[in-house]
Amino acid sequence: MTTFSNQSLMRNKYYNWIIKNLFSSWVNSLMTVVAIIFIYEVGTFFLNWAFFAADFRTNFQGELITDRSFCSKNIMPGEYGACWAIIYARWDQFMYGFYPIEEVWRVNFVYALLPLAIIGILFDKLPFRKYFIYFTFIYPFLAYFMLYGGPGLSVVGTNKWGGLLVTLFLGVTGIGLAFPLSIILALGRRSKMPIVKSLCVVFIEFIRGVPLITLLFTANVMLPLFLPDGVNPDNLLRALVAVTLFQSAYMAEAIRGGLQAIPRGQIEAAQSLGLNYWQTTRKIILPQALKIAIPPIVNTCIGLFKDTSLVLIIGLFDLLGIGRAALADMTWTKLYYEVYVFISLVFFIFCFGMSRYSLYLEKKLKTDNS
Amino acid sequence: MTKIKSLFISLLLTLGVSSAIAGSHGSTLDLVKERGKLMCGSNTGLAGFGAPNDAGVWEGIDVDVCRAVAAAVFGDASKVEYVPTTSKVRFTVLQSGEIDMLSRNTTWTLSRDVDLGLEFVGVNYYDGQGFMVPASLGVNSAMELDGASVCIQVGTTTEMNLADFFKANGMSYESVPVETNSEADAAYTAGRCDVYTTDASGLYASRAGYPDPSAHVVLPEIVSKEPLGPAVRHGDSEWADIVRWSLNAMIIGEELGITSGNVDEMMSSNNPEVLRLLGAEPGYGAMLGLSDDWAANILSQVGNYSESFEKHIGPNTPINIQRGLNALYKDGGILYAPPFR
Amino acid sequence: MQTNFLRKIIFDEKSRSLLIQTLVIGLFALFIYLIAQQTAYNLEKRGISSGFDFLNLSAGYDISIRLIPFTSEDTHFRAYFVGLLNTLMIAVCGCFLATIIGFLVGVIRLSSNWLFRNIAYVYVEFTRNVPVLLQIILYYSILLHLPKIKQAIEIFDGFFLTNRGFFSPSPIFKEGFSLVLWSFLIAIIASILIKKILKKKQEQTGQQYPIFLINSALIIFTPILVYYIMGRPLEFDAPVLKGFNFKGGMVIRPEFLGMLFGLSIYTAAFISETVRSGIIAVSKGQREASQALGLKNNLVMRLIVIPQALRVIIPPLTSQYLNLTKNSSLGIAIGYADLVHGFGGISLNQTGRAIEIMLMVMLTYLTISLTISLFMNIYNKSVQFKGNA
Repeated sequence: MTTFSNQSLMRNKYYNWIIKNLFSSWVNSLMTVVAIIFIYEVGTFFLNWAFFAADFRTNFQGELITDRSFCSKNIMPGEYGACWAIIYARWDQFMYGFYPIEEVWRVNFVYALLPLAIIGILFDKLPFRKYFIYFTFIYPFLAYFMLYGGPGLSVVGTNKWGGLLVTLFLGVTGIGLAFPLSIILALGRRSKMPIVKSLCVVFIEFIRGVPLITLLFTANVMLPLFLPDGVNPDNLLRALVAVTLFQSAYMAEAIRGGLQAIPRGQIEAAQSLGLNYWQTTRKIILPQALKIAIPPIVNTCIGLFKDTSLVLIIGLFDLLGIGRAALADMTWTKLYYEVYVFISLVFFIFCFGMSRYSLYLEKKLKTDNS
Repeated sequence: MTKIKSLFISLLLTLGVSSAIAGSHGSTLDLVKERGKLMCGSNTGLAGFGAPNDAGVWEGIDVDVCRAVAAAVFGDASKVEYVPTTSKVRFTVLQSGEIDMLSRNTTWTLSRDVDLGLEFVGVNYYDGQGFMVPASLGVNSAMELDGASVCIQVGTTTEMNLADFFKANGMSYESVPVETNSEADAAYTAGRCDVYTTDASGLYASRAGYPDPSAHVVLPEIVSKEPLGPAVRHGDSEWADIVRWSLNAMIIGEELGITSGNVDEMMSSNNPEVLRLLGAEPGYGAMLGLSDDWAANILSQVGNYSESFEKHIGPNTPINIQRGLNALYKDGGILYAPPFR
Repeated sequence: MQTNFLRKIIFDEKSRSLLIQTLVIGLFALFIYLIAQQTAYNLEKRGISSGFDFLNLSAGYDISIRLIPFTSEDTHFRAYFVGLLNTLMIAVCGCFLATIIGFLVGVIRLSSNWLFRNIAYVYVEFTRNVPVLLQIILYYSILLHLPKIKQAIEIFDGFFLTNRGFFSPSPIFKEGFSLVLWSFLIAIIASILIKKILKKKQEQTGQQYPIFLINSALIIFTPILVYYIMGRPLEFDAPVLKGFNFKGGMVIRPEFLGMLFGLSIYTAAFISETVRSGIIAVSKGQREASQALGLKNNLVMRLIVIPQALRVIIPPLTSQYLNLTKNSSLGIAIGYADLVHGFGGISLNQTGRAIEIMLMVMLTYLTISLTISLFMNIYNKSVQFKGNA
């Protein structure tokens, strides 16, 4: 008897859900039908194109695809979908750029350690978090040594870096270097000293007022004109300078939002305890402000990560640049959708991951505070 | 704490200045020697002129000029690092000292020579701007192109010549400006434009890469003078001399019949100019600040002009360009090097 | 005496702040001075000319996508304006389209239909997590694979779709057409007056009038009436395939469309999120209260929810407009001749005046950005204070 009523209750629950969300009125029902047709059409088209009618490494005759003329869709037009062989053929370039093949293990090593370096910042209840944070600080230098080379390792110039390596390098390093800078800018903008304040305001508003591409051009074309003869940072580092300055302005605004959310009483209380400005800032204000500011900071990071694709315009080969180079090669030309869909997917995975993390933090902040 | 700080600072410095050139105020030759390799600005990839082959080794007639200079300076033509440059950044890269010379199908013009702080040292390919159209259009002359859409690569003299040519002939056109050679290829093959215009050599190189080269024709009209040659920074005449005479050595080598195969035999030639060139009669290398066998190294490792031409862009290559203007003055062309004495 | 002085500097807040500021400005000035000096030295040594005299030289190149006439004989300064107008054109069109798509998607995200809601969600997540540059390039590639000019698709009579753009007939205004425009203007003014009068009446008598219907009829039918009275003073010039291209008519180039789609589809995803959160921010109580007053659903939306939601929506909307304007500088990737591509690219290359040109381009964007924020702040204030308790 009880089981029966439970079942019917369950059934009722699903039934109610369906009625409420899909068929609550005749307009709603019509929308449901339209949506189902839309999903079916788009879904089957995409799945067919990307999987069922697609070539991976071999075509429908079982031949290994070595150039685009082997793609099934080029042999039997209209019958077949994507030709993913271009991704296989250029996989190393997408991941490492033109990094010498016998040294690629160094990049893999750096990739493998990246999660360890980040995890300490992401989760504050991690066991042994202190050691992970230490590692976070060591990681950039270790990574740079591994990638660029030095004593014991052969030097691999940054002009050989490319693909995901450049995208991640610019993204991670840009964010890492911008962070301390942005704290200074945010504190400066809220400073009581008019000159310091106005300098910070002008810098932040200037950077936020111009497109990143003009900053990249400036760094790329004009930095050499500003510097003495001997100092001549290479292309990647010039781009890094532009990206860092850009990111620091946006991050500073996010941190300023956090600073504004700290009640004035906190500062007064700290001062009445005899703490000076730096002590108050470092021990009382910043820890709280940064905690509040993390979600918007992560959002600026997502923005920056996507914006690293702009460096292709100044001739660097990031993920998108490598993709365009692959398309420029006459053996693979015209496989636009395969390349662009693949690159979109890579960006999507990173950015979606970051945005989920930021949502998780926001939820956590809300529950922590209430 | 201070230790960590100083470590941090020194690491930052190495990061920032890792590619800095040491010894900033010396002459370019000293700089190059000290560095142990020549930094040479090349095209980002133009088949036959400057492009990496399957093994990643740069090849082409522009690249051969860089190799010649390296052979002259180091006695080893392989001591070159190539810096691929787009047409947009090539001059600033040279001005800023990132590269020692630019050898990348660059047209010698007055304003570039004078206003941009460059110095062109010679011509390694006499080119001219041409037009390529699909054969299916049935166009036989550039005069029939009224109303066409034209793909051009920006940042070059091409767009100015194009504007002048259509204006002079009272024709109209739609310009489709793109950033690189490969984008122009893509737009042209997609049918976004009817005509692709750039230096004729570039058209031949692009066409060689198309799936069906015979479906495209290069029209007979050449609408501009495009003397392409290597350039160096203004203000270091000694270095300019070295690059200039490295190129001349290749041309004179062809004139005198010296090839990479017969350098050793020619050492005992009766022709005094051959002996001067190959350093059998000493003193000429020292004038340039080089060793006496500098030209012999160029000719044995890189070869003479004709060898370079035939190997990379001649009729037996996919690019298939006739010598034409680029033949020696004796053979009906305008290639002419000053005497070696 | 001296110890006193030191003590004062270290412990007195005012003098300490003065000292720090002096230091900061000194360092800043030194920094600027060193860079300026080094730059001047480098320019001199490398023999690079500088100055703004190049602006009066003739540009020597043509720009096909333009709003004002431009030939290769015009100056670089005019090329600057052509580029600026192209930037503004794509920014305005992009913001317009992005707002429409964004509001639509934002409302769909709150739809009672689960499937619609989630289709919109998937759209938002996919477009905003992929770089806008990639999207611009992708849409442009799709446009390039439309039929070639000889196989143009004729959508309607005189409307053609090709990979060289979307061709449509262009209107030719004949004598008397200005009257139609004037009547349109007069109809709009009249409708505003009518609205005021009827509103007053409604306040006095409580009777509702179909203001919207009356006014739409007035605005639509008056010009049409005048148009027929004047003997239809408008003709269309249809594009005809002649030689290489279509002659006559109007054309929207694929470079423009690629930019437009890329920018607006990307930005719309962000706008839809701000719209959604804006609508959610209007509390349920407000909605229920107005429903209890007997207002119809669409009136609840128009009179209660939207005005309140706008207060929340406008600040983030402003920053999305700003982002779109700045992202419009990516035209260089597909050959759209905006400020960065035309003036900042081609002119820069031909004159070699990198510093001067980049400075002009940056200041222009800065001015556009500041102007947008200024206007949006003014509008924002007007929305915020109205009816605020």
